[in-house]
Amino acid sequence: MTSKVIRYKMTEKTKNSVENGSVDPIEMEKFRAMANEWWDPEGKFKPLHKINPLRVEYIRNNVSQHFNLDKNSLLPFSGLKVLDIGCGGGLLCEPMARLGATVTGIDVLSENIEIAKIHSEETSLSITYRKASIEELVSENKEFDIILNMEVVEHVVNIEDFLDNCANTVSQNGLLFFSTLNRTPKSFLLAIIGAEYILRWLPRGTHDWKKFIKPSEITNILLKAEIEVRDLTGVTFNPLNGLWSANTSDLEVNYMGYGKKFNT
Amino acid sequence: MLNNSLDKNMESAEVCIVGGGLIGLTLALALSSTGLEVAIVERVDLQDTISSEFDGRATAISNGSAQVIKGIGLWNLVSDQLSPINDIRVSDKNSLFFLHYDHTEVGNEPLGYIIENRLLRLSLLKKIKEQNRISLLAPAKITEINKSPNKVQLKLADGRKIKSQLLLACDGKNSSLRESTGIPVTSWNYNQSSIVFSVFHEISHDNLAHELFLPGGPFAILPMVDLNGRHRSAVVWTDSKSLIPSLLALKEEEFISELYKRFGDFLGKLEIVGSKWTYPLSLLHAQRYIDHRFALVGDAAHSIHPIAGQGLNMGIRDIAALSEVIVDARRLGADIGLSETLSAYERWRRFDNLVLAVVTDTINKLFSNDIPPVRTARRFGLGTINEVAPLRRALMRHAMGTMGELPRLIRGESL
Repeated sequence: MTSKVIRYKMTEKTKNSVENGSVDPIEMEKFRAMANEWWDPEGKFKPLHKINPLRVEYIRNNVSQHFNLDKNSLLPFSGLKVLDIGCGGGLLCEPMARLGATVTGIDVLSENIEIAKIHSEETSLSITYRKASIEELVSENKEFDIILNMEVVEHVVNIEDFLDNCANTVSQNGLLFFSTLNRTPKSFLLAIIGAEYILRWLPRGTHDWKKFIKPSEITNILLKAEIEVRDLTGVTFNPLNGLWSANTSDLEVNYMGYGKKFNT
Repeated sequence: MLNNSLDKNMESAEVCIVGGGLIGLTLALALSSTGLEVAIVERVDLQDTISSEFDGRATAISNGSAQVIKGIGLWNLVSDQLSPINDIRVSDKNSLFFLHYDHTEVGNEPLGYIIENRLLRLSLLKKIKEQNRISLLAPAKITEINKSPNKVQLKLADGRKIKSQLLLACDGKNSSLRESTGIPVTSWNYNQSSIVFSVFHEISHDNLAHELFLPGGPFAILPMVDLNGRHRSAVVWTDSKSLIPSLLALKEEEFISELYKRFGDFLGKLEIVGSKWTYPLSLLHAQRYIDHRFALVGDAAHSIHPIAGQGLNMGIRDIAALSEVIVDARRLGADIGLSETLSAYERWRRFDNLVLAVVTDTINKLFSNDIPPVRTARRFGLGTINEVAPLRRALMRHAMGTMGELPRLIRGESL
């Protein structure tokens, strides 16, 4: 078996991993309850739900511009193959599928995959969910037009290897998106002390500050993987109105970006 | 999982609209214009709703609403049925024309238009039949509504089922969906009814609308499009409820002579066209507009006094706001039935509608009486409005439906 490269966000419940394959009905009921929890906009994953529209908008606008698509049509991503790495309960896969993309979501936790599958059946969306790591997809010679690495790179064991593998699955002219946390004093204060200890948005230990990545670092790592970063945008939270917004001048804490694979 | 495509009786749409009236049909066109799949469920056979015997009302369309009609691609179908209103003359008993709104004060557009409801409905249906993204189920009776976390499913009496992400109630003032959802309303009856009919008259109305405040209630004369070369106006005669049966019992010539007492003879000889309809008046406002995968639109959410001719316009503003929040969410790949989207609609519309309900209620209470001090006060009030041009322009813009934070459709932009 391949090594588990990604250590995606774990919650108390998702730590009880189950075996792949057939799932008994009692387990199934448990997953259903957990799927509802994942997908409750006011529930445990509220921060993710709040930030999601901003991420989708960023992806949609940049993909539409790059591939010359009409972002106001309801299915702008028709014909595009999207891979979401660390898909969790499918919070990003479902919007991508609604926008018309052919979506594959992978996660190393089989529980997340079960949850995502249950939910996509209930929303009648056709999405391929797999318990797999990026290495497996590389070894299968899979290619995608868009790779999404949202809130993933700060959790991987070896970011160089990980992004190199990701780059190998990006098709010609394809794009790789990422969002992560900058390694600054401010991010230590806000993302660790604030989000995990004071606001308790995230379980303690979700993030390891030392693994946060500076924009210059990720840009260089991607360059070595033959991906040219096209944009970096800060994501800031306004505690007064509780809204996240894109902010091109403040990349101190959360930021996202995308790059294009070199023409060969 | 159940594979729904195997169920021959199962239809699926992104949005399911209940009610095939002016609001439901307009909303369906607005949503489908963005690419959304819409199902409309209507209780009655829609062929019956386009006869002149079903609905003889004519409706005032504000400029904002006219933009929406343009935005949904209906303008070419209705433009020759719209009678522009270039000026509104508001008067109190015995003192004609002392408040007057002239459209040239706020631009070159007319203040609004008058259209016959049934003609608007006919054009809406015609346009809907051209849309392959709208499926119209009528006549159809709903026997069951099942709401689950991710969808709403309707069961119809004939065995068909409709699965959607969002259920929108456009089933009018007595909305049964509102009732079955358990949404409470604030309501009271006005002790008034309106008699609605149209008249031929000798002299052209010159596209002027008149509203005369009489002790029994407002009396409105609204310019209509000529019919067979004859000048025509719609009359909305509001009077105390107790008086209505005796008015309707009058012989035609006696009724016309009562009409002259109010109407005057400035348009020459009058002749009543077709039937007269009577509507009891009441105020109704839903205490909330939304529920799980559910929203109220138009009269199902609010019904107000017709004194300002704003009923349909409020509903059209609801449509513009709701279709905007829905399509914006959908363009981000979101599930359109989520409460966050629906709350944005409620925040956007409910307060505005409440203000208009209160304002029309107050104007009606102020004007529908004959108490001398109140009359003096209101005459002073109307006179003041006339003196203060900015205030008058603001009131006009509100009546034209172009004030406040406006949805894209009302601003004349595409959705």
